[in-house]
Amino acid sequence: MAEHDITLTVNGTEHELEVESRTLLVHALRDELGYTGTNVGCETSTCGACTVHLDGDAVKSCTLLAVQADGATVDTVEGLADHGEFHPIQTGFQEEHGLQCGYCTPGMMMTATDLLEENPDPSREEIREGLEGNLCRCTGYQNIVNAVENAAETMGSGAVADGGSVEELAGGDACASDPNAGAETTDRCEVRWPDEGESE
Amino acid sequence: MFPDEFDYHEAESVSEAVDLLEAHAMEETELLAGGHSLLPAMKTGLSSPDVLIDISGVDELRGVSVDGDTLSVGAMTRYSEVLDDDAAHEHAPALTAAIEQLGDRQVRNRGTVGGNLSHADPASDLPGPALVSDATLVVHGPDGERSVPAEEFFFGMYATDIGPSELLVRVELPSADGAVGTYAKKPSPASGYPMVGVSALVATDGDAVSSVRVAANGVMDHGVRLEPVEDALTGETLGDDAIEAAASYAADDLDEAMMMDDLQASAAFRAQLLEVYTKRALQDASERVSASAAAD
Repeated sequence: MAEHDITLTVNGTEHELEVESRTLLVHALRDELGYTGTNVGCETSTCGACTVHLDGDAVKSCTLLAVQADGATVDTVEGLADHGEFHPIQTGFQEEHGLQCGYCTPGMMMTATDLLEENPDPSREEIREGLEGNLCRCTGYQNIVNAVENAAETMGSGAVADGGSVEELAGGDACASDPNAGAETTDRCEVRWPDEGESE
Repeated sequence: MFPDEFDYHEAESVSEAVDLLEAHAMEETELLAGGHSLLPAMKTGLSSPDVLIDISGVDELRGVSVDGDTLSVGAMTRYSEVLDDDAAHEHAPALTAAIEQLGDRQVRNRGTVGGNLSHADPASDLPGPALVSDATLVVHGPDGERSVPAEEFFFGMYATDIGPSELLVRVELPSADGAVGTYAKKPSPASGYPMVGVSALVATDGDAVSSVRVAANGVMDHGVRLEPVEDALTGETLGDDAIEAAASYAADDLDEAMMMDDLQASAAFRAQLLEVYTKRALQDASERVSASAAAD
């Protein structure tokens, strides 16, 4: 019974795949399904680069067997943007320069969104505690905390729905919410804020 | 890093888990809970079981409930689920104080109370709270359930009273009944596991300590009560002088030759940390008692 047929719903798309018992969730996501936004860092449950949401909770996907996630909903960093529009946490990291090399960023953002869901208005101390399972070797964390604060303010104030200040951002692969969804989202994807007064 | 190959079975009930344990008795078999101790050990090759029996999805092993004066925590209840439960904070404050400091957010979303206690890592955070809470660990095997007091559950490093075809099904904690629970820990900067972690449960009558239980993780090969500290503090006025005096007895009953001694901390350093963190756990309790008295 070393092979198992499992179903994963990743960023809203259902996938059926066959995995070995020992396949870790992060490898199923990256190597089998192509969701390479989730990074593999320390592989020892320490650095948090592999953080995804499993049924809504932030977990380290290097410390989970893919077969344990059978039937579950998995959300990865690729699912944060909504039809090419940045999630407030992504805008926060951009505006506050919350990344340098960017390796830790997908995990940081997935943990931060889990934190903000539970605590929409965290103090700086609570943000640091919330992100203690994510390591960054570049920024010194200051700007990451700023980025999460920025996102909390945006999400709390409803500023996204009201239109943001960034007129247009050139998009790359980062805006492809689902690598399996076809050309519509992957060939070219403009990330932009709605203009003032524009309806959804 | 990949684990060696193994067969994976998902149990849907306690009895199915016991059946699977018996069916695979001749193979190296491990129960899989949250996996946050087992999977890292398997990835690094420290553990290579032939068979994994996943019990994390067994409904009857999950959840927190109150029955009379007893709080019952299902073995597969995740740390985050305990922290979300008001009754757990009220009745088992020593347990929740330790869980708040355990691992990190992602680990607490996945790791389980029963997995922690069954694994019995000397540096686990939960044996101390189980000891000060006078918890009973309920184990299920082919002959049904049996109850083991926390004092008799931990045998040593990774060794407990759980038999080969048994599993821990729940932890029963008598209500703290208003006592204050605290946890003070010196985490390893790398792993977050405690080099020393001290759990305290303090009940007061006016200014005097009517009962106190203190236990330490990370110091010996399993969690230990610090009875000399408890004896020194019982009946005293809960304040800095009494706490400092009591904490000075923290290592009195412990044989330094048997203390944990590794690259992170020598036994002598652990003995020093033990006194300091015993003091901090008790000072935290004192502050909470004062704060709740001021609020009344």
